[in-house]
Amino acid sequence: MESVIQDSTPKTLEELKDISSQVRRDIVRMVHGVGNGHPGGALGCTEYFVALYFHLMKHNPDFKMDGIGEDLCFLSNGHISAVWYSVLARSGYFPVAELSTHRKINSRLQGHPTTHEGLPGIRMASGSLGQGLSVAVGAAQAKKLNGDNHLVYVLMGDGEQDEGQIWEAAMYAAHHKVDNLIATVDWNGQQIDGPTVKVMDLKDLPAKYRAFGWEVIILENGNDMAELIKTYEHAKTLTGKGSPVAIMMKTGMGYGVDFMMGSHKWHGVAPNDDQLAQALAQLPETLGDF
Amino acid sequence: MKQFTILDKKDTRSGFGVGLLEAGRKNPNVVALCADLVGSLKMDAFIKEFPERFFQVGIAEANMMGVAAGLTIGGKIPFTGTFANFSTGRVYDQIRQSIAYSDKNVKICASHAGLTLGEDGATHQILEDLGMMRMLPGMTVINPCDFNQTKAATMAIAEHHGPVYLRFGRPVVPVFISEDTPFIIGKALMLNEGADVSIFATGHMVWKAIEAGHILAERGIDAEIINIHTIKPLDKEAILESVKKTGCAVSAEEHQLNGGLGDAIAHVLTSNYPSPLEMVAVQDTFGESGTPDELMVKYGLTSTAIVDAAERAIKRKKEVLA
Repeated sequence: MESVIQDSTPKTLEELKDISSQVRRDIVRMVHGVGNGHPGGALGCTEYFVALYFHLMKHNPDFKMDGIGEDLCFLSNGHISAVWYSVLARSGYFPVAELSTHRKINSRLQGHPTTHEGLPGIRMASGSLGQGLSVAVGAAQAKKLNGDNHLVYVLMGDGEQDEGQIWEAAMYAAHHKVDNLIATVDWNGQQIDGPTVKVMDLKDLPAKYRAFGWEVIILENGNDMAELIKTYEHAKTLTGKGSPVAIMMKTGMGYGVDFMMGSHKWHGVAPNDDQLAQALAQLPETLGDF
Repeated sequence: MKQFTILDKKDTRSGFGVGLLEAGRKNPNVVALCADLVGSLKMDAFIKEFPERFFQVGIAEANMMGVAAGLTIGGKIPFTGTFANFSTGRVYDQIRQSIAYSDKNVKICASHAGLTLGEDGATHQILEDLGMMRMLPGMTVINPCDFNQTKAATMAIAEHHGPVYLRFGRPVVPVFISEDTPFIIGKALMLNEGADVSIFATGHMVWKAIEAGHILAERGIDAEIINIHTIKPLDKEAILESVKKTGCAVSAEEHQLNGGLGDAIAHVLTSNYPSPLEMVAVQDTFGESGTPDELMVKYGLTSTAIVDAAERAIKRKKEVLA
């Protein structure tokens, strides 16, 4: 197996929290900069991406599409791209300055992630919902065929669980014993038209994954960095045992910006100038703004 | 008119099955997926020889397209197998986003295309697949005409990097392309040189075009017959070179009038060398149950229909010249 440049040694909890604050600044500034985008889900999944790229995954910012010899990350609910772009830039995949081009003409940072513009770190287009789990499962099976003992991570939205393809993939992953996969559902209880219980009640979501043959862990607070890391370290110990692993990650949509928290209203709306100032006042600049 | 020998009679899907096995032997990265239609797709031989490189997906085509896209990331070359209807319309968005837009090296292999699926009826007889697939940027679209060409095409697409739609069919039809005929993606195959009309045919209509050529020859018409096995990228040079010589054209395909080979040729001609073009295709309608032969007759996909179209095209050419 080829050697992999690990972008950084695992960070301390304090360092990870500092990075998270900067990533949240990036998200609100990116979305404000273009006047549209999806801050809510991006803010809620900040700890997830920071923990993966700065602590949990073995990965290579000198990007190679095949990802052989490293852990892979896929984002299925592509509309929260801002958080992924920030974390990819901050972990060395492309210049941080490029974050200012997000969603603008001639940018590699498309509204929804794409391989088409050659942005390092992205291995599939996503945004049309429900497709990412299938792709991650295939990538995980390719790792098995290649004798590559690394993991595949994929993040999905909870609203996205409405899509039938998710359940096709869930059935398939258990049947084919895709046990080098850790799938996460961002269980924030919100989707565009309102709370998931009103739009399309997921009922007992963990029980559904269990019934499909998955190992399921509930992460009670996906915005608590210590708890999140502990949960994923535990999840890693469950891989390689014949079942895919799912984490039901409870997060607060809009977490970290008080007036955006806990509501679907900031799913797809950008802050105005005053709101931006108000948000940034709550988020210390730790690594330097782009 | 050149004589073509019927070497054998076989289904094109069996050509796929043999080609897949050969491609699998040549390249260890070739893997296959199927949505509960292994027997229909003739994938048994591949599965028997390479069980660890085959993935049964069950009746879940959307997931199959996504898993195939994911397999390419680790360098695999996945061949997906199901009916043409479930390979395209059912999963258009999965192909669009996870395969075409993501530039994934997936080979979408589609059997039972068109009316010749037969008795199962219009629910399964897709006649829009070529149109859907050729609209996707970066997609290569191939519709071979017999067992040998399907086998050769299957092996050729394994060597080609990029998404491919390979369309073939259910019925037993004449084998007339020699086994050693090279398959070059995007390069039209000249079957008979002629001076009066260019007949561009694809898939099961190629043999009918040859039959039409003989009938036309008896009537003193010298037809040029060209096999367009690759609908995209279309061999524009071959089309223009032929029509500049003959002055009129016929297209023949087991597909809707809208969006298929005829439309593609019309675009080339109107943009470069406006000439009379008559299209033999299904006339904007759904199919129905029946034997393949009955259906091809009822919906006008016959050698006689090609003959009539050729005569109309020649008449229009003369009117233009007059």
